[in-house]
Amino acid sequence: MNSIKKIFKEKSQNLLSIFFTAGFPKLNDTTAIINNLSSNGVDFIEVGLPYSDPLADGPTIQHSSSVALDNGMNLEVVFEQLFSIKENNKTPLVLMGYLNQIIKYGEHEFCQKVKECGIDTVIIPDLPMIEFENHYQELFKSYGIVNVFLITPHTSEERIRKIDSLTEAFIYVVASASITGAKGEISEQQIAYFNRINEMNLQSNLIVGFGISDNKTFTTACKYMNGAIIGSAFIKELDENGVNKIDSFIKSIKNC
Amino acid sequence: MKFQPTKEGYYGQFGGAFIPELLYPNVKELEDNYLNILASEAFQKEYKDLLQHYVGRPSPLYLAKRLSEKYGATIYLKREDLNHTGAHKVNNTIGQILVAKHLGKTKIIAETGAGQHGVATATVCALMDLECVVFMGETDIKRQAPNVARMKMLGAKVVPATSGSKTLKDATNEAIRYWIQNPETYYLIGSVVGPHPYPDMVARLQAVISEEMKTQLKTQTGKENPDTIVACVGGGSNAAGAFYHYLEDKDVELIAVEAAGLGVNSGESAATSQLGEVGVIHGSKTILMQDEYGQIVEPYSISAGLDYPGVGPLHAYLHETKRAKFMNATDKEALNAAYELTKIEGIIPALESAHALAVLPKMDLKKDQVVVINLSGRGDKDLETYINHLEE
Repeated sequence: MNSIKKIFKEKSQNLLSIFFTAGFPKLNDTTAIINNLSSNGVDFIEVGLPYSDPLADGPTIQHSSSVALDNGMNLEVVFEQLFSIKENNKTPLVLMGYLNQIIKYGEHEFCQKVKECGIDTVIIPDLPMIEFENHYQELFKSYGIVNVFLITPHTSEERIRKIDSLTEAFIYVVASASITGAKGEISEQQIAYFNRINEMNLQSNLIVGFGISDNKTFTTACKYMNGAIIGSAFIKELDENGVNKIDSFIKSIKNC
Repeated sequence: MKFQPTKEGYYGQFGGAFIPELLYPNVKELEDNYLNILASEAFQKEYKDLLQHYVGRPSPLYLAKRLSEKYGATIYLKREDLNHTGAHKVNNTIGQILVAKHLGKTKIIAETGAGQHGVATATVCALMDLECVVFMGETDIKRQAPNVARMKMLGAKVVPATSGSKTLKDATNEAIRYWIQNPETYYLIGSVVGPHPYPDMVARLQAVISEEMKTQLKTQTGKENPDTIVACVGGGSNAAGAFYHYLEDKDVELIAVEAAGLGVNSGESAATSQLGEVGVIHGSKTILMQDEYGQIVEPYSISAGLDYPGVGPLHAYLHETKRAKFMNATDKEALNAAYELTKIEGIIPALESAHALAVLPKMDLKKDQVVVINLSGRGDKDLETYINHLEE
C-alpha cells in the first residue's frame, strides 16, 4: 500500500505535513530536517527539489530554491541524502519537483532512484492530468509511484471527480487561487469551498496547502479537511533559526 | 497539414500545456474559444481593419538593390519595421486584445524582453481602454530605456522582474505567477511560446506576414514563392509569421537565425537549437538551454529580444524535422550587419533583425535566388548600443 495512504488508515484527522526545500539553508541540512520533523510527530514530509524557475512558488520558496542551488544541491545529491536515511526514517516522504528536471534526469532513472530511496509519492506541479494519463501513469505505476494532484477553488466538479478517481495518496487542496506564501486567515469563501468539496463525498483524503502558516490556520483547515501542509512559514523559520528550533515551531503549530 | 498542432497542441513531440492546475481554467477557456473567435466574421473585420488603418499594413516588400548587388542574390526585405510601434509584435497584440475583449477580460498582463512586445501591448491597451501591466527584467529595463518610457507614457504599469538573470525568462516567470494569483486577467503572450493554445494562436496572428508576402511576391516577381526566407528566432514569433504560409511548400528554404552571443560555444550564447535539449519551459515542451541537472541556463545575447533559453515548439519541430535550417549570428556579426544595412540601404534595423541579415555572408547565394529577409523591427530602441559600438 502507498505509504501516505497507510498513514491515513491509522489517522484521518489533524494530519500535519511540512514542506521544505532540499539544500536549504545549508546543503547538508536535509537529513537533520527530516529527522527533526519526524521526531516531532509530523505525519508526512514533502521534500522540495529546488528548481531554477519555480513557476508555482512564491518569493519565500523561490528564494530557498535559489539558495539551495547555489549551495550545490542537485538530484544526485538529494538522492544520496535521502538514501542514507532510508533505513532509519519512519515518516513517509513525498518528493515535490518540477517536470523539467525529471525529464532531464531521465524519467525511468528518476523513478528508479525514487524507489531506491523508499519513496512512493510525488507532486509535480507542472504536470497536468492529461499529460500524466498520456505519458506518466503507466511508468509511475511500474515503479509503484503515485502522483498527487492539486485542486483549486476554480477546478470544476467534473475535473475534481476525475482527479479523485486517479488519486491514491491524497488530493492537495489549494486553499486559494494564489501562489504559495500568501498570508492571512482562512476566509469564509475558502470555508465555503472546503464545504463544497466535502459535499462531493470524494474517496480521496484531502490535505490543504497554501496559506497555512500557524496554529490558527492549521486548526481551522483541519476542521474541514484531513490535514494541512505548511511550506513557506517553515522555510521562513529555517531561514531565521536554522534547524535548531524545529521542535518549538512544530509545537507552536500543534499548540501542544 | 503536417505543421499544424494536434488538438492537445503538439507539433510532433513538442508543445502541449504543462501548466499548474491553478492556470487550467484560464488556459482551457482560451483553448475552447480561440479558433472560433479567430474565425468569426466580427473578429476578422476588426482585426483586418486595425491592421490596415492603425498598424499601416500591408508592410512593404522592398527589393534591396544594393544589398542584392553586394551578396549576389535578389534580396527582398519584408518591412515589419515600418509597422506602428516599430516591429511585427503589434500584429499579435492587435489580434489578442480582440480575443481578450471577446472573452470579456478587462485587465491585460504581458512579459517583454526588448520592450517591443510591451510597447505593442501597452499600445493596444490604450486603444481599447484596458488596464495593462507589463513584466520586464530589471536588466532589460536598463538596456531598453526608451521602450520603458513609451510603455509608461501609454499608461502601462511596468513591473521589474528581479529574479534570475533579470531578463525575458524571468519576466515571463513573473507574468505567469501574477496570472496564477489573478486568474481574472488575460495574459497576452508575445511569442509562439507558452502553453497550448498560445503558440498556435500567436503563429496564426503573425501569419499575416507570409500571407502578404505571397501576394507581394506574385506582383513583384511573378511567383508567390521565394527560394529562401530568413528570419531571426528568439521565441520565434516573427519567424513563425514569415514561414507560416510556406511551411508545406518544401521548395521554399526556411532559415531561422538564432543569437550566438559571443559565440555558440563561448558559454555566452542564446543559440537554443545548438545548445538546448528537450524539456519543459513556460508551459511548453520544447528545446531549451539547461544544465546537466535540468536547471534552466541563463542565455546571453546583445539583443534583448533574442536572449530566451527556449524556442517555440513549432520551431523545435522545424529544427527536429529539418524543415527549417537553423543558423546563428554573433553579437559582432549582427552589429556589422546593422551598420551595413544602414549605410547601403538607409535602414536602421533592430538588433534582433540584424541577426537575420548577418547570415547573408555565410549563405551560398545565387544571382537569381529570391531571398526574403523578415526585417522584424526598427533600430530606434537600439541606438545607444549602436552608438557605443560604432566607436569600437
